[in-house]
Amino acid sequence: MTDLAPMSASLKKAIADADTQAALEAVRVSALGKKGSISALLATLGQMSPEERKEKGPAINGLKNEITVLIEARRAELEAYALEKRLAAEKVDITLPLRPAPAAAGRIHPVSQVIDEITAIFSDMGFAIAEGPDIETDYYNFTALNFPEGHPAREMHDTFFFSPGADGTRKLLRTHTSPVQIRVMQKTNEPPSAAYLTAPIDPPIRVVMPGRTYRNDSDQTHTPMFHQVEGLVIDKSSHIGQLRWVLEEFLKAFFEVESVKLRFRPSFFPFTEPSMEVDVQCDRSGNEVKIGQGSDWLEILGCGMVHPNVIRNAGLDPDVYQGFAWGMGIDRIAMLKYGMPDLRAFFDADKRWIDHYGFRPFDLPTLFGGLSS
Amino acid sequence: MKFTFSWLKEHLETAASVDEVVETLTMIGLEVEGVADAAARLKSFVTAHVVSAEQHPNADKLRVCKVDAGTGELIDVVCGAPNARTGLKSVFAFAGTYIPGKDITIGKGNIRGQVSNGMLCSAAELEISNDHEGIIELPDDAPIGVSYPDYAGIDEVVIDVSITPNRGDATGVYGIARDLAAFGLGTLKQTDFSPVPSKGPSPIPPLPHRFAEGEPKAIRKFAGRYIKGIGNGPSPDWLQQRLRAVGLRPINTVVDITNLVSLGWGRPLHAYDADKVEGEMVLRNAHGETFDALDNRIYTLDESMTVIADDKGPLCLGGVMGGIRSGVTDETINVFMECASWDPDLIAQTGRKTGIISDARYRLERSVDPALTEPGMELATRLVLELCGGEPMEPAISGEDVFPDTKIEFPLSETRRLTGLDVSAERIGEILARLGFEMTGTGATRHVKVPSWRPDVTQKADLVEEVMRMVGIDNVPVEPLPRLAHVAPRILTTIQNRRRLARRALAARGLGEAITWSFISADLAESFGGGKPELKLANAIASDMTDMRPSLLPGLLSGAMRNQNRGHADVALFEVGQVFLSDLPEGQRTYATGIRTATAGINGAGRHWQEKPQPVSVFDAKADLAAVLDALGADIEKLQIVAEPASWSHPGRGGRIQLGPKVILGWFGELHPSLISKFDLDGPVVAFELDLDALPEPRKKPTRSKPALEISQLMAVSRDFAFVVDESVEAAAILRAARGADKTLIGDVTIFDVFTGAHVGEGKKSVAIEVTLQPRDKTLTDEEIEAVGGKVVAAVEKATGGVLRG
Repeated sequence: MTDLAPMSASLKKAIADADTQAALEAVRVSALGKKGSISALLATLGQMSPEERKEKGPAINGLKNEITVLIEARRAELEAYALEKRLAAEKVDITLPLRPAPAAAGRIHPVSQVIDEITAIFSDMGFAIAEGPDIETDYYNFTALNFPEGHPAREMHDTFFFSPGADGTRKLLRTHTSPVQIRVMQKTNEPPSAAYLTAPIDPPIRVVMPGRTYRNDSDQTHTPMFHQVEGLVIDKSSHIGQLRWVLEEFLKAFFEVESVKLRFRPSFFPFTEPSMEVDVQCDRSGNEVKIGQGSDWLEILGCGMVHPNVIRNAGLDPDVYQGFAWGMGIDRIAMLKYGMPDLRAFFDADKRWIDHYGFRPFDLPTLFGGLSS
Repeated sequence: MKFTFSWLKEHLETAASVDEVVETLTMIGLEVEGVADAAARLKSFVTAHVVSAEQHPNADKLRVCKVDAGTGELIDVVCGAPNARTGLKSVFAFAGTYIPGKDITIGKGNIRGQVSNGMLCSAAELEISNDHEGIIELPDDAPIGVSYPDYAGIDEVVIDVSITPNRGDATGVYGIARDLAAFGLGTLKQTDFSPVPSKGPSPIPPLPHRFAEGEPKAIRKFAGRYIKGIGNGPSPDWLQQRLRAVGLRPINTVVDITNLVSLGWGRPLHAYDADKVEGEMVLRNAHGETFDALDNRIYTLDESMTVIADDKGPLCLGGVMGGIRSGVTDETINVFMECASWDPDLIAQTGRKTGIISDARYRLERSVDPALTEPGMELATRLVLELCGGEPMEPAISGEDVFPDTKIEFPLSETRRLTGLDVSAERIGEILARLGFEMTGTGATRHVKVPSWRPDVTQKADLVEEVMRMVGIDNVPVEPLPRLAHVAPRILTTIQNRRRLARRALAARGLGEAITWSFISADLAESFGGGKPELKLANAIASDMTDMRPSLLPGLLSGAMRNQNRGHADVALFEVGQVFLSDLPEGQRTYATGIRTATAGINGAGRHWQEKPQPVSVFDAKADLAAVLDALGADIEKLQIVAEPASWSHPGRGGRIQLGPKVILGWFGELHPSLISKFDLDGPVVAFELDLDALPEPRKKPTRSKPALEISQLMAVSRDFAFVVDESVEAAAILRAARGADKTLIGDVTIFDVFTGAHVGEGKKSVAIEVTLQPRDKTLTDEEIEAVGGKVVAAVEKATGGVLRG
C-alpha cells in the first residue's frame, strides 16, 4: 500500500509555508480540491476490497481531517496576522490637537458675570431686580431725588443732556441708577410702557437696580459710561443697623471672604438722610488689593436712609414708611474682585481682553454652586 | 479744603495729635483726603557751614565751596548762588536727597571739572517760599548738622478735607474747629468780632440796591468799611507761610487778609482800592457789559448777575470774583472792604454761566452764615488796622440778611426709628447743644432751633444725622434684615431672564461678549437708521460719541475693526444691550446682536489640520440666531423666515425672522460690502440682530406636565426625491409642500442636497429631499408607500412649478 507519511509531511510543510490566504487556498485545492491529492486517495477507496478499505480508509480519512483542521487553523492565523498588520498601519497620532469646543472659546463679559453674582446674593435675601430707562427726565434723575434746582450737588454729576424738546424741557442720560428708586416706589395707574420697566411695588419693597449710567468725565478711573447697582428697602421698620448687616453680608458673599470690616463715615447725598460712605477693609501691600484683610480702607459705596422728601415725592408718607438705599459701581467691584486694572478696557471689545478676563458660558454664579469657580 | 494743623489750633484749644484729629474729622463726616507733612518732607535737609567759597576756575558765576555739614569731613560743593560765601551758614542737601522745588534727586557729580557732592539750597528749592534769589542765610550762631525743619521749627502738617455740598459751615477752619469741639476734641476759641470804633463818616456811602421789581437780586446785605491811609505791601511771614502752605500765592497784606478770613472763617471778603472807584458805587444787575476779572480773563455779564459797579461799569462780579480796575495793590492807600451776604442759588447760577471757580463762589453757593456779615467786616477791619495801620471810617451797610430761623419738632424716638440705636434724651440734647442747636421742651417730642450756620438742617432726619455722626455710626448695632416668610418666587422678569439666557447661549457658541458705548458717531448712527435729533447729546464728550445707538452693530463692527488692526481679523463678538429708537422709556429696547468676521465660524477661526479655513457665511449668523431663539424657548423652524434683508445686509444674502409681518423678531445676513469697507474690514462679515422685547411673553401654562410621549413600534421608512425647480423657489416652500402632502404618515422631511449646473438647466436648481414615513397602526405596503410618494411629488410640483428629476 501507498505510504501516506511523505504526502502528509509535504502537505503540512506547504500549509505552514503558505503566507497568504491565496497560497493557503492553493494548498487546500491541491489536497482537498476535486483533483487534489487527498481527494484522489479518497476516490481509490471505492475500488478497494472491503478488507483493504477497512484497513486504509481510516488512515486516508484521518489525513483528510488532519489537513482540513490544519488549513483552518492556518487560515485563522493568517487572518489574525492580517488584522494585526492592518491595525498597525491604521495608527494615528492621538496627540494632534483639537479645535477648541465652542463653549470653551466663548466668553461672558465680567460686568454681566458680576451682575449675575449680585443677583444670586440678593435674591437669597429676598430682593427682586428692578430697571428703568437710560434716558431720563430731570425730574426722576434729580428733582424727585431731592436735588434742589441750582444746587452744587447737581453740578457735581457732570450730566449729559439732550437738546431741549418742543416743551422746553431737556432729557438727560441718567447719572446714577437712583431714578429707578422713584419709579419703583411711585404709584401709578398705568402699566409700564416697556417690558424692561419695573412696575411700581407696594411696600414692603426690596429691590436691587443694576444698570448703565453716564457722566461726562473720562480718565483712567472714569469712563463716560459705567455701571452701577443700587439697592432699596422700604417698609415700616428698616434702619441703619439692618443696612449695615445687608452690606456686610453682601460684601462678604461677593468677595467670597470669611469676614470683612466696614467703616461707615457720615457723608452727604441729597436723596438720603442720614447719608454715609462706606470703606471696606483691604490690604494694599502686594500687587493686588485684597479685600477683607489688612488695615487699609478703600471707599466702595454710598448709602443712607431714604430721605423723607424722596419718600414723599414717591407718594408715600415718610412718617409711616422708611428704609434705606445704597449704590456702588459694578465695574469697580468687578475690578477689585478680579484684579482688572483699567476701566477703559471694559468697553473696547478687545478679543484678547475678553478671552482673558471673560467667564465661560457655564460658569453660572449661584449660591449653591459657588459664585465663582 | 486745605488748612495747616497750626492754623486749626488758632481756633481749637486741643491736646489732640494730628492723627487723632484726622481720624475724628473722617468719622464725623469731614473726610480727610490727604495729609501732607512738610517736616517729614524736609527732614533730610541739614544746617551747614560754608567753610570756604572760591571762584570756579572754569565758570564766572559758579563757586567751589567746602561745606561742613556736621559729618566730620568737608564736602566739595559747586554752587551758583551769588550769596555763597566763606563763613555763611546755610541749608545743605546731601547727594541722594529729593529737592521738592526742583523735582529732582541731587546726585554726586562733576560741574565743569570740579567735584560736587550735594547742594546748598534756596527757600524756593525747599518749597517754603518763593525766594530763589540765593541760598538760605541762617544766623551765624546756627548749629551745624541739624535737621533743618527741627532747627527752623517747621511743623506744618497740611490737612486736606473734602467738604460735602451741604456743609457750607465747614468751608472755614473756624467751622471745622467748631465741629471737632462739638465732638469733644477740644474747645472752640472765640474770635473777636466786636465793632471797631470809627473815625468819621464813610467817604463811600452805603451802596444803594438798584433793582427793578421782579428782577433776580443776588445781594441780600452789603457791609462795607472804608479804611483810610493804610500802608500796604507784602504781608508778614506767618501769613504768607500759612497761605502758601495751602497752595495760595501771597499778593499783598490786604488781599492776603481777605484770603485769611475766607479760608479761616469761611467768610469771603472783597477789597477795593477806594481811589480807583469813579463816581457812585451801587449794586445792580449787569446789562451785557464785559468785565475784566482778577483771573485776567474777560467775561460778558448778563442781566441775571449782580455786580458792584461805579459810574464806569462793574467793579466786581458779586460773590464770585473781583475786577482788575479796582484791585488792591502795594500802593493802595485807601481801601474799601466788602463783606456781603448773597443768595446761594443765584451765585451758583452765575458761577455756572461764567464757569468761574473761585474760593468766594465755592463758599457762597454753599451758603455762608448770615450772622457773620457785619462781624466779618469788623474782623477784616481789625486785621487791616493790625497789619497795615490806617483809620476806619463808619461802616456802610445796606440791605437785609435772610435768616432761615428753622425750628423742628423732634420726636426723641426718631433716632431709634431710623438708626436702630438707642440714645438718651440727655445725650441727644447735649450733642445738639454742642453743635449750636437749642433743644427745648419736655416729653417725647422736643423743639429744636437750628443755628444760623446750618441752613442744611431742615427736618427730623437731619437732626438724626447730627446725633449719629457724633455718636459714631460704628456704635449702631448690626441687626439682620428679617428673612421673608416664604421661598422667594422667580426673581428675574422675562426680559431679564432672556438677556441672561441669550448671553450664555451665544457664549456657548464661541462668541465673546463685548460691552460697547451707548453713544456712537452721528455718521454711524445714520448708517444704521438712527441720528434722530432727540437722540443727540447736547454736550457729548467726543465727536464720535454724540448719538444714542440705534443698533448694537456699529459698536461691534468698530470693535472688530480695532481687533483687526491689532492683528486679530477673525472675531466672533456679541452684545446684549439697549438700543434707542426714541427718547421715551418705551423707545429703549433690548437687542441680542452678534457678528462673525473672516473665518471665525463655530469651530474656531484660522487654519487647522482637520479642515481648510472656511469663510463665515450667512448660515453661521442664522445658526447663532437660531441658538438664541432656542435658548429662549422658540423654535426657528416654526417662525417665518422671509427674504426681507436688513438695511445693513447684502440684499441677496440676508433675511428676516418674524411671527408675522407686524411682529418682526430679528434679522440675519452677510454685511453689505459698502459697510464692510466703511469699517475697513477685510471681510466677509456676517451678523444677526434679535429684538428680545419682540418675542411675546410666554403663555401662562395651566400645568407643568408635558404631553405624553408617543413611540411607534413600527419601523419608519424613508424615500428620496429630487426636484428641478426655478432658482428663485425657496427651500421652505418645498419642505412645506412635502410635509403637507400627507399629515398623518409623513414624519419628517429634510433637504440633503442642493446644486445648480448646466445639466440641471439655466436658472434652475436641483433640490433633493428625504421623506420619512412613520406608520401608525400597521406596516405599510409597497403600494401605500408608492401612493404617499405620489402625493409628495404632486404637492411639490404644484407648489413650486418644478418637476421630479428622472
